[in-house]
Amino acid sequence: METQSQVVDRLRSAFHSGITIPEQFRRTQLTKLMSMIKDNEEQILNALHKDLAKPKFEAILSEVDIVINDLHYAIANFRSWMQPEYVSKNLATKLDDCFIRREPLGVVLIIGAWNYPLQLLILPMVGAIAAGNCVVIKPSEVSAATDSLIAELIPKYLSQDCYAVVRGGAEETKALLQNRFDHIFYTGSQTVARSILQAASVHLTPVTLELGGKCPCFIYGRVNIAAAAHRLVWAKFFNAGQSCVAPDYVLCSPATKDVLVPALREALEDFYGKEPETCPDLSRIVSPRHWMRLMELLKRSSGKIVVGGESNQEDKYIAPTVVVDVFEDDALMKEEIFGPILPIITVDSLEKGIDFINRQEKPLALYVFSDESSVINTVLERTSSGGFCSNDGIVHMTLPGLPFGGVGASGWGSYHGRWSFEAFSHRRACMMRGWALERINSLRYPPYRDDKLSWLRWTTSAKSSCSLM
Amino acid sequence: MSTPPSPSPARWFRALRRTRLGEPCLKTYPLECVDLLRRARVAFQAGRTLKENFRLAQLEAVVRMLEEHECDFVDALGRDLHKPRFETVMSELLLVKNEALYAFSNLKKWMQPQHVERNLSTTLDECLVVNEPLGVVLIAGTWSSPVQMCLVPLVGAIAAGNCAIINPSECTSHTSELLHRLIPLYLDNECFHVILAGASDLPEVVELKFDHVFFTGNREEGNRIAQAAARTLTPVTLILGGKNPCYVDCQCDIATTAQRLAWARFHNAGQSLVAPDYILCHADVKARLVQALKCCLMQFYGPDPRESRSFGRMVNLEIFNRTRDMLWRSGKVAMGGQVIEAEKYIAPTILTDVAESDPIMQQDVFGPVLPVLTVNNEDEAIAFINKQEKPLCVYAYSNNSKVISRLMSETSSGSFCSNDSILQSLMVALPFGGVGASGTGSYHGRYSFDTFSHRKSCLLRGTRFECVTYLRYPPYEDRNLSLMTWASTLSQKSQGWCQIL
Repeated sequence: METQSQVVDRLRSAFHSGITIPEQFRRTQLTKLMSMIKDNEEQILNALHKDLAKPKFEAILSEVDIVINDLHYAIANFRSWMQPEYVSKNLATKLDDCFIRREPLGVVLIIGAWNYPLQLLILPMVGAIAAGNCVVIKPSEVSAATDSLIAELIPKYLSQDCYAVVRGGAEETKALLQNRFDHIFYTGSQTVARSILQAASVHLTPVTLELGGKCPCFIYGRVNIAAAAHRLVWAKFFNAGQSCVAPDYVLCSPATKDVLVPALREALEDFYGKEPETCPDLSRIVSPRHWMRLMELLKRSSGKIVVGGESNQEDKYIAPTVVVDVFEDDALMKEEIFGPILPIITVDSLEKGIDFINRQEKPLALYVFSDESSVINTVLERTSSGGFCSNDGIVHMTLPGLPFGGVGASGWGSYHGRWSFEAFSHRRACMMRGWALERINSLRYPPYRDDKLSWLRWTTSAKSSCSLM
Repeated sequence: MSTPPSPSPARWFRALRRTRLGEPCLKTYPLECVDLLRRARVAFQAGRTLKENFRLAQLEAVVRMLEEHECDFVDALGRDLHKPRFETVMSELLLVKNEALYAFSNLKKWMQPQHVERNLSTTLDECLVVNEPLGVVLIAGTWSSPVQMCLVPLVGAIAAGNCAIINPSECTSHTSELLHRLIPLYLDNECFHVILAGASDLPEVVELKFDHVFFTGNREEGNRIAQAAARTLTPVTLILGGKNPCYVDCQCDIATTAQRLAWARFHNAGQSLVAPDYILCHADVKARLVQALKCCLMQFYGPDPRESRSFGRMVNLEIFNRTRDMLWRSGKVAMGGQVIEAEKYIAPTILTDVAESDPIMQQDVFGPVLPVLTVNNEDEAIAFINKQEKPLCVYAYSNNSKVISRLMSETSSGSFCSNDSILQSLMVALPFGGVGASGTGSYHGRYSFDTFSHRKSCLLRGTRFECVTYLRYPPYEDRNLSLMTWASTLSQKSQGWCQIL
C-alpha cells in the first residue's frame, strides 16, 4: 500500500519524464476520461442516488452531461490553447520573437466537494490534464458511494503513472497537504479553505478557491411573477438546495412578497406535487449531520414558515420550505443555508436592497429578477459577486465560454472551458533575440552620457510598448 | 491623529538598530494603517474610482508627478543606491511613464465588457464578462527598483478602478519619503495612501484585510506575506527573486554576449530581480567569455569603477556585508573583488572556479558579483537548472536555435529570453511574473489591469420563452431529457455548446 507521499513522488517523477507534455498523450487521456463516464453512466447514477437521492434527470444534467460537454469542448480546442501566443512588437524588437507559452505547472491537487461529487472533481481535472499536468484528486468522503466509485474507475481508465486518487477525511487531507503541490484547486467552505491556504503558503503553492456564500436573489420592479417563481424554485430546490450557486435568500418589497409566496407555492406544487416527500424528483440532504444543522437553523429562526417545514430525520428529508418575516440578524442569515429553505427578506427600495447586499460578504452568484433593464443594470453595476444572472438561476455557470469563480470571500481564480486550462497553466513570457542591431542596443550601455539618454528617450517616447527599447 | 501605541520591546529594538545604521526612522504604525485603510474603503464604496474619467485623471497625474519631479527622483535614488541619473530615468521613471501612458490609451478598451460566444439556448440572451475592481489593494515594493516596483502595479490598480495603499521599501528611505511626500500632491487623497511600514511589520499590515496584496521581494519575506494572507483569506500576487540561471553555449557571438550580460548583471550594482544570477558556461568558451567580460567592464566603468559615475552602490550595510561575505568565501576572483565598507562599494566582480556548494550558489546574489560555472554541454546545464527552484528568468545565449529551444522547453521559469537579458521583463505586451518558488501571478500592461480586476460572468436573460425553459423543470420526464441531450449533441457538432436550457 503506497503512502500519500510516495504517490506524490511517483507522479512528480512521471511529470519530470515529460510524458504528459505531448498533445497526443493529453488527447488520449481526455478521450479515456470521456469513455469512463459514458461506459459507467449507470453506476454513476446509482452512486449519486445513494449519496444524495439525486434524481436521474438532475444527475444526468448536472453531473454527467456537463462533464461530457466540457470534455468535448476541451478535446476540440485544447490544441489551439496550447499554441504560443505571439504579441505585438515594437521598434527595437521587430526582428525578435515575443510570445507567451502555456506550460504545465507540475503535480496538481484537486479537492472535490460532496454536493456535485463528480462534476466538481472532474471538470477541473479536464483542465489540468489538457494543460499537461499530473493530477492527484481527492473526492469528498461525505459522498461515500461516489468517492468509492471514482477511486475504482480512474485507475482503470487513466494512466496510473500520472493520475492518482487519494481518499480519506479531514486527517488524511491534512497529511496530504504536507506534500508539495504546484497548484491546489479546492471547492468547499471558507473554514477549510483557510487551513488549506496555510498549508499551501508554506510551499508558496498557488491556490484556486471555489467557496460558497449567500447568493442573494433580488426581485424588484415590474416582473413576470409566475415565470420568476418557476425559475427561482428550480434553481433553489435543485439538488435540495445543496448548490454553491443556489439562490440563498430573496430580497423584495413587501408588495412583491405578497404575490411571490402564492406563486412559489404554485410552482412547488407544479414541480413536486402535493406530497413532495413521495416525489422521486426531489433530492435528500447528504448526511444526518447536515440535516441536523438545517433543522437547527429553522428552529432558531424567528421567521414564519409559510410553505413546507415538514421533515423526516430517518430519510434525511426536508420539505421545500419558504420562510418570511426574516431580518438581517436572523439565524438563517448567519451562514450559507445549503438546503431547501428559502427566507424572504423585505426591503423598501432598490437602494436599501443594494445596501443590504453590499453589507454582506461578496457571494459566488447574484441574481436579479426584473423586466426593467434599468433595475438589472443598477444592481449589476453597484454590487460585486463571482457571477451574475438576471431572470434565471444557476445556468450562467453552464456556459463554457464564461469563467466560473468567486471574488472576495467566495474565493478566487476561475475555471470551465478554456479557463480550466488557464487555471492549471503557467503563462511564460519568452523573448528570442538575435545578435543584430547591437549598435542600437549599445545606447543603453555605460559609460552613461546625456546624449545617449536623449536618444533613448526619443525612441521610447512615442506610444512605447517597451522601455529601454 | 491619535498617538501611536508605545512600541513593544521588539519594535524598540528594531528602531534602535535602524538609528545605529544611520537610517531615518520615519514610519507608519499599524494603528495609522487601520485609519488609512478605513478611509480608502469608504472612498471605494462611495464609487469614487469607478468612473473612467477619474482613472484617466489619476494616471495622467502619475505621469505628471514623474515629469515634474524628475530631479527629485534622480537625487533620492542617487542617495539611496548611488544610482546614475541614466539608470534612474530609463529603468525607473520612463518605465512607469510608459506603463501609465499605455494604460491611459487602452483603458476604454480594457473597461469594455467582453461578449462571449453564445449557444443554442442563449442566442436571445446577453453573455458577457465584466471587469470589476477588487476594492482596496496593498502594494509593497522592494528596494532594488523602488519607484518602479511600487508605481507600475499602482498603475494597474488605478486602471482597474481600485483604491490602493502603497508601501515602498524602508531600505531606500529617501525614495520612500519622496513618494510619501509627493503622492498626496498628485493623487486623490482619500483613495491612495503611502505608508512606511518596515518589512517585518508587513505581515501585520496584511492581516488588516485587503482585497488583494501585491508583493515584490525575496522568498523569505514572500513566505511571511503568503502566510499572513492565508490567515485572512486574501488573494496575493507574489513576485519573488531567486537565482536566474544563464547558459552560454559554445556557439555564440562572445563579444555581444559579454556586453549584454555585463550590462544586465552590473547595472544598479547588481541589485536586480531579473539580472542573470550565475552563468553556466560551456567549457570551450569559458576563457574567452571571462576575457570578454573583463573587457566590457573596462569599457563600461573604466579602470577604477569607484570613480565611474555609471556605477552604483549597495543599498545598505546589511546587503553589503552579505554580498561581501559571499564574494570572499566563493570561488576565485577573476576580476574586481575590491570592497570599501564606508562607501558600501563592491567592485564589479567576476568569480570563476565556483563550486555548486559555495555560499554564492546557496542564496540570491543581490550585488555586482557574477559567478561563472563550467558545464560540458547544454544537457548538463539543463540538469543543473532543473535541480534548483524555478526562478523568475532563465537565459540562454547561443547561435543554435535547437539549443535555445531545448533550454526553453526543458526548463521552467517565470519568463525566458534568448541572447539577451532583462528585456523580456520590460515589454508591456508580455506578462511578467514568477512560477513555483519565484511567485504567483503576473503584471505589466494589460496583465496589471487583470491582476487587480475581478472578471464577473454575467448572463442576462429575459423571462419570455418559458416554452423552451420548461423542459428542465420537474416533474422530470425521460422524454424531455432526451430532447435536451439531443440538442446538446447537435450543438457539439456545430461547435456551439448547449448545456441545460
